[in-house]
Amino acid sequence: MGAVLELDAVLRDARVWRGRAGPVSVPGPASQPTGHAPLDAVLPGGGWPPAALSELLLASDGIGELALLWPTLARLTTNHETVALIAPPYLPYPGAWEAAGVVLDRLPVIAVRETREALWAAEQMLRAGCCAAVVCWLNAANDRALRRLAVAAASGRTLGFVLRPATAAANPSPAALRLALDARPARLRVLKCRGGLPPTAPIPLPVPVQH
Amino acid sequence: MAWACVWLPHLALDGVLRDRADPSRPLVLIAGPAQRRRLVAVNATAAASGLHAGQSLAAAQALLGHFDCVEHDPAAHARWQRLLASVLYRYSSQVSLDFPDSVVFEVAGSLKLFGPWPRFAALLHADLDALGFRHHLVLAPNPCAAWVLAQNYAELALDTPHALTHALAQVPIDRSELPIKVTEALRAMGLRTLKQVFALPRAALVRRFGPDVLAHLDRVRGAAPTPLTWYQPPDRFDERVEFNFDVESNEALWFPLRRLVQDLAAFLTGRDGGVQRFEVLLEHDGRAATSVSIGLLAAEREPRLLFEIAQSRLAQASVPAPVRAMRLRADELPPFVPAGGDLFAPNAAQTLAWPQLRERLRARLGAGQVYTLRVEADHRPERAWQRVERSCAPQPQPQAFSAHASAAHTSASVERSYAPLAEPRGPSRAQLGSTKATPGVAETEARYAFALRTIPPLRPGWLLPRPIPLRSRELRILSGPERIESGWWDGGDVRRDYYVVETAEGQRAWAYRPSGEEGPFMLHGWFA
Repeated sequence: MGAVLELDAVLRDARVWRGRAGPVSVPGPASQPTGHAPLDAVLPGGGWPPAALSELLLASDGIGELALLWPTLARLTTNHETVALIAPPYLPYPGAWEAAGVVLDRLPVIAVRETREALWAAEQMLRAGCCAAVVCWLNAANDRALRRLAVAAASGRTLGFVLRPATAAANPSPAALRLALDARPARLRVLKCRGGLPPTAPIPLPVPVQH
Repeated sequence: MAWACVWLPHLALDGVLRDRADPSRPLVLIAGPAQRRRLVAVNATAAASGLHAGQSLAAAQALLGHFDCVEHDPAAHARWQRLLASVLYRYSSQVSLDFPDSVVFEVAGSLKLFGPWPRFAALLHADLDALGFRHHLVLAPNPCAAWVLAQNYAELALDTPHALTHALAQVPIDRSELPIKVTEALRAMGLRTLKQVFALPRAALVRRFGPDVLAHLDRVRGAAPTPLTWYQPPDRFDERVEFNFDVESNEALWFPLRRLVQDLAAFLTGRDGGVQRFEVLLEHDGRAATSVSIGLLAAEREPRLLFEIAQSRLAQASVPAPVRAMRLRADELPPFVPAGGDLFAPNAAQTLAWPQLRERLRARLGAGQVYTLRVEADHRPERAWQRVERSCAPQPQPQAFSAHASAAHTSASVERSYAPLAEPRGPSRAQLGSTKATPGVAETEARYAFALRTIPPLRPGWLLPRPIPLRSRELRILSGPERIESGWWDGGDVRRDYYVVETAEGQRAWAYRPSGEEGPFMLHGWFA
C-alpha cells in the first residue's frame, strides 16, 4: 500500500461515491460524452460511464432514443471504430443514420430470432472488446442476464447500451446508468448513475434535427 | 548448403495415435495374412506389458488380455509423410520425400529468416510436437548424411565437412543404410563402423560389392551429389479419419474434427494460404455421405477459429445415420492476408478481432443475420437501402486515407441520392411543405440549399419493414406532404404523400396516404 496515488485520479473513478448533490462533471481521460450538453453536465464523468452498461428505458419506440444515441455513434464510427446494433426493433433507415453522421460501414446489424440469441450476441461482442459500443434491444431480460452483460462490458472495456421497455424501470438493474425516456412531455430522467446522486430534475429530450 | 532431416522412427504408430483421444490405451499395429498376423508396432503401454514388434498376434494376446488392434496401412504412412512435407514446406522450398520415414529439406536459404539453428530447430520441434509425431532432427552438409545420421542421433547439428567426417566415422555399419547383404558381409570381415569402411581401397570395394555401394558411401561423405525429387504441395486439402466403430453422438466427433482442422491449419500455414470454404463429409454405412459446408466471409487459417465455426455448424446439422468416417475437404485455397493490428490499440482489453467475432456470430446465428446497411439511390423508402453481408470497413486502414475515402463516399452518395431533387424550375413540394417560414425566406433558403445540394430530405431513423395502417385517434400533422412518386419504369410504381404526424402517445411517425386521397394514414417509420 505504499503507492502514491493522485487524489484527482481517485476521485474521478466512478466507484468512489461522493455524497453531494451537485454534478461531478470532471471529464476523465476515458470519458464518453453523450453529445448533449445538458445531459453531460449532470452525469458523473461528463458522459456515458465507460466500460459499463447504460440502460435506456423507453415509454415506447420512436420517442427520441436514436436522437440521444446518434451523436455518440457518429463520433465513434467517424473515429474508425465499430459499433454494433443487436436486435433493433425496426430497420435502421440508412439515409437518416448517414445524415446523422454515422458511418454505416462500421455499423454491423445483428438480427436474432429470440431474446436468448440477442443476449448471447451482446455478451460475445461486449467481451471481445473489438467494438467501441454495443447497442442491444431487449424486451425480456432478467437481472441475471443483465449482470452478465455488465460484467462482459467491464471485461471487454466496451460501452454497452441496453434499450428496454419502461415497465422494467421498477426492477433492480446492475447497469451503471439508468435513463428513463418519457414521450409526453418529451423528457429524460436519470434514475441511477454510479458515482453520483441522480439529479432530481428531468432533462428535456434532445429533439431530432429538423430542417 | 545445409540440409535438415526429420526422421520419424514411429511414423505409422504416431499417425494412428494422434487420431485417438486416449493415447495411453495399449495399442498395436498388425499386418500380414489372416492366418499369421504379426505386430508391426506397439505403443509404450503395450510395450510395458512385454509386447514388441515382430511378435505374432496370438503371442501378444496371451501376454495382454485386451488391447486395440489397428491394421497397418502403408497408404496412410505415405499420407502422413506428405502432411509433414506440407508443414515443412513453410520453411524451405526444397523438400524431399525420397528417403523412407523421413523428410529432408534444404535450410541454408532459410537460416537467415528463421535462424540461428537452435532457434530454427525449436520452431521445427514445436511444429512437429503439435502434430503429435516423435522425431529426430539432424542438420548436416549433405542430404544423405543428414538422413543416415538422423537414424543414429536424436539431435545433431554439423556445419563443417570435418565435423561430418568425424560423426560419420562413428556410425555403426548396421545403421548406415547399406543393403543388409553388404552389412552382413562387412561384419563377417570384422568391420564395425563406417570409419573402417571408408578406409578400404575404393577399387576393391567396387569389385566386391558393385558400384552402388561405393556411390552410397560417396553420397554420405558428400563426395558425390544426391539426386532428389522435390515435393510439390497440392492445391487442395483432402483428409479423412476412419472410425473403427459407429459414432452416434456429436461429442465423439469433436476430437477427430479438431485433429482434421489442425491438419488443415498446418497445411495452410505451410503454403501461406487461407481457406474460405470447406466441407466436412460424414460418411455412413450404405448411404450417401452427409455434407456440411462451411463458408467464411474472409480467408482464415487460425485453427481455433476454424474448429469453433466447424463445430457450431456441425452441431446444427442433422445426421441421419451413425458416422463411420469423417472427411475434410477444401478445394479453394485463396491467399491469406493477416489482419493488420494496431500498435497503439485503443482498447487493450480486446480479446478477439472483429472479423473473427463476425464469423463466430454468423456460425451461431445464421449466415444472413449479420450485415451492414448501405444507402441506395432511390426515392422509394423500400428501395433506398440495401443489406451488405461483407463489409470491408472494420479492417484498419491508414488513418488519413480512410478518412478521405469515407468522406468522399458520403458526399458521393448524398449527391447521388438527392441530385434528382434539384429541379431547375424551383423548390420541390417537399421543401415547400416542410418549411414553416415566410414564403420569401423559404424560397431563398430553398434556393440556397439547392445551390449547395447538402440538405437531405427528412427521413426517420426507424423504417418499418412494410407499411401498416396507423391506428391512432388524435393525429397531429407536423409537416408534409412530401410527395414520393417513382418507379413507373420498373414495376414498383409508387405515388405517395408522406407526412410527419404526432400520435397521442407523443411518438412522431412518418406516415403516408396515396397521392390525392384523404384516407387513413399508413405508418412507414418512426422519428426516434
